[in-house]
Amino acid sequence: MRVLVTGASGLLGGAAAARILAAGHNVRTFQRRPSRVEGAEDVAGSITDPRAVASAVEGMDAVVHLAAKVSVTGPLEDFRRVNVDGTRLLLDTARTAGVRNFLFISSPSVAHTGTAISGDGAGAATPELARGHYSATKAEAELAVLAADSSHFQTAALRPHIVWGPGDTQLVERVLARATSGRLPLLDSGAALIDTTYIDNAASAIAAALERMDSIHGRALVVTNGEPRPIGELLAGICAAGGVSGPRLRLPGGVARAAGAVVEKAWEAFGLKDEPPLTRFLAEQMSTAHWFDQRQTQELLGWKPEVSIDEGLRRLKAHYGG
Amino acid sequence: MVTLPGVEPGWSSYLDVPSTAHVDAPGAVNRWHYLDNIDSLPGGSADPDKPTLLCVHGNPTWSYLWRSLLTAGAAAGYRVVAVDQLDMGFSSRTGVFRRLADRVTDLEDFVTAAGISGQIITVGHDWGGVVSMGFAHRNRDRLAGMVLTNTAIHHDDAEAIPAPLRAALHPLVHRWGTQHTKAFLSITHRLASPSLTPEVRRAFEAPYRDSARRAGIANFVADIPASPEHPSHAPLEEIAEGIRSLDVPALMLWGPRDPIFSDRYLEDLCRRLPHAAVHRFERASHLVTEDADVAGTLFRWLGQQADQPVDPETGHTETADNGAFTPMWQLLDELAAGDTAQDAATADMGENGQIKRALSWQELAASVDTLADSLHALGVRRGNRISLMVPPGVDLTVVLYACLKLGAVIVVADAGLGVRGMSRAVKSTSPDFLIGINRALVAAKGLGWPGRRISVEPLPTAQRRLLSIETSIAELLTATPSRGIAADATSAMDPDADAAILFTSGSTGPAKGVVYTHRQLTGMRDTVASTFGLKPGHGLVAGFAPFALLGPALGTTSITPDMDVTAPRTLSAQALADAARAINATVVFASPAALQNVLATEQALTPEGREALSSVTLLLSAGAPVPERLLTALQNILPKASLHTPYGMTEALPVSDIDLEQIRAASADVLAGTVAGAGNGVCVGQPVQGAKIVLSPLNDAGAATGDLTTDPQVTGEILVRAPHVKDRYHRLWLTQQDSARDTGWHRTGDVGHFDAKGRLWVEGRLGHVLATADGVITPVGVEQALEGLEDVTMAAVVGVGPVGTQAVVAVLVTDPPSRQAGLASTARAAAARSAAESAGTSLAAVLTVPALPTDIRHNAKIDRTRVALWAERVLAGGRIPKL
Repeated sequence: MRVLVTGASGLLGGAAAARILAAGHNVRTFQRRPSRVEGAEDVAGSITDPRAVASAVEGMDAVVHLAAKVSVTGPLEDFRRVNVDGTRLLLDTARTAGVRNFLFISSPSVAHTGTAISGDGAGAATPELARGHYSATKAEAELAVLAADSSHFQTAALRPHIVWGPGDTQLVERVLARATSGRLPLLDSGAALIDTTYIDNAASAIAAALERMDSIHGRALVVTNGEPRPIGELLAGICAAGGVSGPRLRLPGGVARAAGAVVEKAWEAFGLKDEPPLTRFLAEQMSTAHWFDQRQTQELLGWKPEVSIDEGLRRLKAHYGG
Repeated sequence: MVTLPGVEPGWSSYLDVPSTAHVDAPGAVNRWHYLDNIDSLPGGSADPDKPTLLCVHGNPTWSYLWRSLLTAGAAAGYRVVAVDQLDMGFSSRTGVFRRLADRVTDLEDFVTAAGISGQIITVGHDWGGVVSMGFAHRNRDRLAGMVLTNTAIHHDDAEAIPAPLRAALHPLVHRWGTQHTKAFLSITHRLASPSLTPEVRRAFEAPYRDSARRAGIANFVADIPASPEHPSHAPLEEIAEGIRSLDVPALMLWGPRDPIFSDRYLEDLCRRLPHAAVHRFERASHLVTEDADVAGTLFRWLGQQADQPVDPETGHTETADNGAFTPMWQLLDELAAGDTAQDAATADMGENGQIKRALSWQELAASVDTLADSLHALGVRRGNRISLMVPPGVDLTVVLYACLKLGAVIVVADAGLGVRGMSRAVKSTSPDFLIGINRALVAAKGLGWPGRRISVEPLPTAQRRLLSIETSIAELLTATPSRGIAADATSAMDPDADAAILFTSGSTGPAKGVVYTHRQLTGMRDTVASTFGLKPGHGLVAGFAPFALLGPALGTTSITPDMDVTAPRTLSAQALADAARAINATVVFASPAALQNVLATEQALTPEGREALSSVTLLLSAGAPVPERLLTALQNILPKASLHTPYGMTEALPVSDIDLEQIRAASADVLAGTVAGAGNGVCVGQPVQGAKIVLSPLNDAGAATGDLTTDPQVTGEILVRAPHVKDRYHRLWLTQQDSARDTGWHRTGDVGHFDAKGRLWVEGRLGHVLATADGVITPVGVEQALEGLEDVTMAAVVGVGPVGTQAVVAVLVTDPPSRQAGLASTARAAAARSAAESAGTSLAAVLTVPALPTDIRHNAKIDRTRVALWAERVLAGGRIPKL
């Protein structure tokens, strides 16, 4: 099978491309910067450029779409251009080009409305209720992808939840940077139960999904390690692996959410580019439970996570030279 | 008609009904509104072999009340017709004052006009219950059954009617409260527990929007015959007497929190219809169909009526085994008549280490007979219920055996339930008499417990009057026996009549009344005697309530140590030793909590005390698991004693037995890993004599649905069969059905497994089983692994999240206990995780708390349901709520 992987310069995209390669498929990667995935054909280009997209999908049997604008702040239009318009462009181009399978890598936040999630399955994406521009635009894109599903063009969405591991800039590096500068807050008791996904497991789930498109098309599936942990314990584990001391600041969750919302607006209003210390989205993520029912996902994908959280933390520690 | 939540569009119908009611002019026709599920039945027609349910609402509701019965009836294939009584609901306003007699005629007119042919089961609520009973009474030829929910048929004119009704009937309040305003409506709807949704409340109010439409509500209230002169008093009495001779199956479903139709009216109905199946939904109130699953219970009952006819005499579906039977007092009377007459039978210890009071066998037998006679003279009759609130000791022993001889049913709800639990328990049994110590009588007065009151000691007149006490045990014992009723006790008794209602500890929901017959009580006596070899000549120290009463039945001399038996931790080592020394006791009964305190006070033992304890050869401790380390420590002060910890429950005690040596052997088997199935739970040994144990394996959701088995290593709900298993639960028909759904077996609600040596290992409560994505997990084995950690004194393992994908959470009490509840430290969490892994379980979270909620009686059974709800909230994020 010839597979196009977009966004392969990111941690998960690169790992997924490598995993698909290892399964014996031909892989072409497509993103703005070189992917540096060994053994893959690397094509540079923007997901919003029709010509680049057309040449990227040419001759492909399947597309795994990870490329997205991932950030906690920024104007909505920027998110929409990449996450919604870019996805629609790729979707239409792939269908026209005769690609058979289209796997969209989404996020559980597309169905998260801010309340606690305890052992739920993957609800339908709700762009109008999703929190933050990233989640709202990913939700819109996911709906478009799933709506395009048909017998000759099979589409599905996989929603890995909080992917982390060595080299991860989204969670691990941020947590460590904040902990180092004493800006890592623990909200409320830090007891909110959170599902996360170790990078290798997220990558193997994507590779497994690609093999099971016949049975999963039309669906969205959440992927996690299936080992929910209290957020406080996770942060402490990551900090310990990175050799820094754990969270010291303790904030009531309600205060943090309110403060996060204010900070978020201020950053946006003043067009600030660097990352705000706290956003409402982040505050919600850190103070309410979100862990998921993995039974259907594991059964449909014929897949189980290979690396436990504890093993993942050991690998993280080794990565930081601990 | 408007669409309403829970009502199918096709159900609402209108019918013009010619009236034959006296109150109407000849030729009058009234328009009725009713709900009818016939269109929802297969083929749109009623099964001619099945009766039609005719449902009659009360005041101020309407047919909407029965919507869940129409839905469930359609699913079960029954036609259900629920009428709006005239002047009520959406039926016409007739403009005349319809009284009870008119309303019964109205209902007959409706049934005729509607062409309902075939058998009918009446269903009634509130004042509609009375109308439905009137219909039942007059239409016996077509009556197939009767269902009553929160209603009443008779009021004792000597007693005041319930206060809320008095208020509604008061001339200053009546029209205003019932018709001019919506007060009566609102108050009734507010009784729902949990609250009605706004849509449902609006639906209940829909037909009563303006004052003119509420005239019926006012008239209904005014038709309550609060005095014998009332025009509806005689018709009511006729129905009340008439139903006594109804022999159709009857079912009563009750919400005991009802401020008006309380347990006293249920009790009255039960006496009129003694064969009725009764279920009290403990937390439900007046609108019981809104608060509890009335429909599901009703159709389950109906389904069962079709299968097995119930013996109308006893309500039993099986005839009891009429084997050899000797009454509980057999040995007592024999020992009183023989050479042993002057030997000590029962004694109480005083604070000074000496016997405070003792009775010989002859004196005990004479006291029992005298008391039985004078209680009979006072009015106590066979089958009367007598609530006993007397601590174990000589007094209780005399009272208890007197009641047994009289055939009165004793009700025992101990103080371990707490005041509210005890109050609920007492009220649920509607006792005819209450015999109690002062504290209990004060509570009885304050909390309005029913029953004529008798104190233990004679009280000063003022106090007696204040607490409405008629007499005292002390006075009754001095009375001259007049009729000698006790003399014929043995020949007059029915071994299969009720003998006792004992309450469960309430550690798993509201305490349940457990009914024993005389035969089952003697079964307990015989099991204890044969399993532990107890017989006349033995002396036993009775520090554990349930067994404390068995002494005279076993023919053993029994002594109550100086302690508050309701607070087991008040038993000191010296008090135990003093009691043992006083009668040269060889046997000790004590609860685990009492033994904890015995160990804690061991240092204060005198040399004589140690000497006395060293003569003890048998210790029995039941009620909660006793840790091996506690028994090992006890062995030092009871060096010659075999230390037994039988397993059982209020419904069957004992079920199995194990002693310290066997516990050690079981622990060794766990370590060696050579016996399949050894481990993961508390080893409770082998079944006691006469008892059989089987398991009903669990499915993936943690429900015990598997075929009964005794295979080792299969985890399932524990079922027991023995001569001393309870007869039934008191007024908990549904609970009884569940517990006895395998004929001849009692489902204990505990889960466990057998090992290859046939020993039973208890793994926890069925309701506390976790259903994770990796399978079912029982809590006890994991808790034991956690309690093996150095600084963990108590652990609860609970599941959070949906069944089938629950996350496993450990909640720990540490030494020293943490001051605040919260996440465990990283180090402790890591230690707990690896301990749990060794027991085969992965923990999602580890929390520490200052203390875990346990039952009052044993201070040992963790309320894991509460812990799970708490953990669920903690782990959802936000502030940590109180546990």
